[in-house]
Amino acid sequence: MRTVFNKTLLKIAKKDERIFLVLADIGYGEIEPFAKAFPDRYFNVGVAEQNMTDIACGLAMEGNIAVTYSIANFPTLRCLEQIRNDVCYHNVNVKIVIIGGGLAYGALGVSHQSTEDLAIMRALPDMVVVAPADFTEAEAATYAMVKHPGPVYYRCGYKKEPRLHKGKIDFKIGKAIQARAGGDITLIGTGTITYRVYQAAELLVKDGIQARVLSMHTVKPIDKEAILKAADETRGIITVEEHNIIGGLGGAVAEVLAEGGVGVPFKRIGLPDTYVHIVGSHDWLLDRFGFSPESIAQVAKNLLKCRQ
Amino acid sequence: MKIKELQRICLEVRRDIIRMLGEAGSGHPGGSLSAAELVVALYFSVMKHRAKEPDWEDRDRFILSKGHCCPLLYAVLARCGYFPVEKLLTLRKLGSPLQGHPHNLEVPGIEASTGSLGQGLSIANGIALAGRLNKKNYRVYCLLGDGETDEGQVWEAVMTSNHYHLDNLCAIVDRNRLQIDGKTADIMQLEPYPEKWRAFGWYVIEIDGNNLAEVLGAYLQAEKIKGKPTVIIARTIKGKGISFMENEVEWHGQAPKKEEVEKALKELGERI
Repeated sequence: MRTVFNKTLLKIAKKDERIFLVLADIGYGEIEPFAKAFPDRYFNVGVAEQNMTDIACGLAMEGNIAVTYSIANFPTLRCLEQIRNDVCYHNVNVKIVIIGGGLAYGALGVSHQSTEDLAIMRALPDMVVVAPADFTEAEAATYAMVKHPGPVYYRCGYKKEPRLHKGKIDFKIGKAIQARAGGDITLIGTGTITYRVYQAAELLVKDGIQARVLSMHTVKPIDKEAILKAADETRGIITVEEHNIIGGLGGAVAEVLAEGGVGVPFKRIGLPDTYVHIVGSHDWLLDRFGFSPESIAQVAKNLLKCRQ
Repeated sequence: MKIKELQRICLEVRRDIIRMLGEAGSGHPGGSLSAAELVVALYFSVMKHRAKEPDWEDRDRFILSKGHCCPLLYAVLARCGYFPVEKLLTLRKLGSPLQGHPHNLEVPGIEASTGSLGQGLSIANGIALAGRLNKKNYRVYCLLGDGETDEGQVWEAVMTSNHYHLDNLCAIVDRNRLQIDGKTADIMQLEPYPEKWRAFGWYVIEIDGNNLAEVLGAYLQAEKIKGKPTVIIARTIKGKGISFMENEVEWHGQAPKKEEVEKALKELGERI
């Protein structure tokens, strides 16, 4: 997915000379085409994320669109105050892109696992939070991110994510995309985990359950309409996110449901409120923490049983 | 503008600072007073800017990285005509745009919102890079406190300005040798200070920062330095101009009481 993002950004930058890429020594093997095509609009400031973020802020204050880009938590948590005080408070056109959201960097350990980002970025005023599910969304989200005036957080996958959407999609910031129709229960995913959510929905068919799958690629602003519609039309809602159980997609959906007063059976699937202390590949960790399609399907069945 | 006139403005601005803080009942007098000459010289003599057109695209940019010294900047902006002088007395009052740390979206003339230390020079780098690429001739000035340069990010930024040869950027350090908790030498040793900047590739000018002739000379000299950024290390006196505040650490972040305001204003008045 990171390759899709970089190719798309390069394509956009060819037409839009406001685009700058500001790095902190992480881009090897991906950003070279941009650096070669636009040496004047590419800055690598060394291993210095705070500086990276504020340089981007300064560039954006002069009417440009500055993209910061790094792995997992480095362009977010390391420089959170710079994002808050300088990017968001000034409300400037800085786009913060991370590669490897969630557990994508599995075996590299917790320093490289981005599992609180959605909650933290979502809490910043004026910040838009997007997490594309597959390559098709990743490309569309890049265009949408550039078009949106103001700060955007873009949680990119790593590589080789399976395709969720078969055909063309209508990607709009703040509007969920239905990846599968169904009237029994609604499964909402965000980011690359959504493919496993889709697989879970396919498994449920043999139990006679038709699950609706929503790709909630924008965690903020959240698509209230799609959530309330799901609450009205289906018998339960489950959120699935590769993120701490606290404050991310599940939290955002719960807020909508609680204030909507709809009282639908609801369950969040996320990482338990603890860190991963052992080595694991991305897929191995996901299975272990309850993100296998079978586990997700089981949670759905249990939720529907509760209802009866 | 003649030095005598600039000196008069400095006095006026110092009186504004005292009145504002006295009225607000809180704020940071020490570093606002120490940097008066540095900022007055910029706005009344050195920088290209238009008070009636704050967003004029060719203006020189000034970033107050030590945002807590905004009473000084507010006073200078008001005296330049960015907003009415009477508004100064709304500092820290309910609903006023004049917050305890400056905000660019609410106050005309404020370039960047600051308050958390160590971030201004990175922003200034971004603005300077953008200026060069946009083929603009504006210069970027960034005022830092000496204590502020304890922040690691400052040195990330210092490396960056040198790496990109940002000769359209001029940093000014208000070297008043005090920070909140005490002397900079006791809290975190900065010396050998000019050598540090030189080692990072900067052109260093050392001056008496409360001497307007030296301040003006330094800004002129900085404009002529090509191929590298310039820092003006300005030795100043914290609380400058008010006898009981000078070099006293307690006046970093405390407002004068009513009698102290009167005493301070009297001292400032006597020097006209």
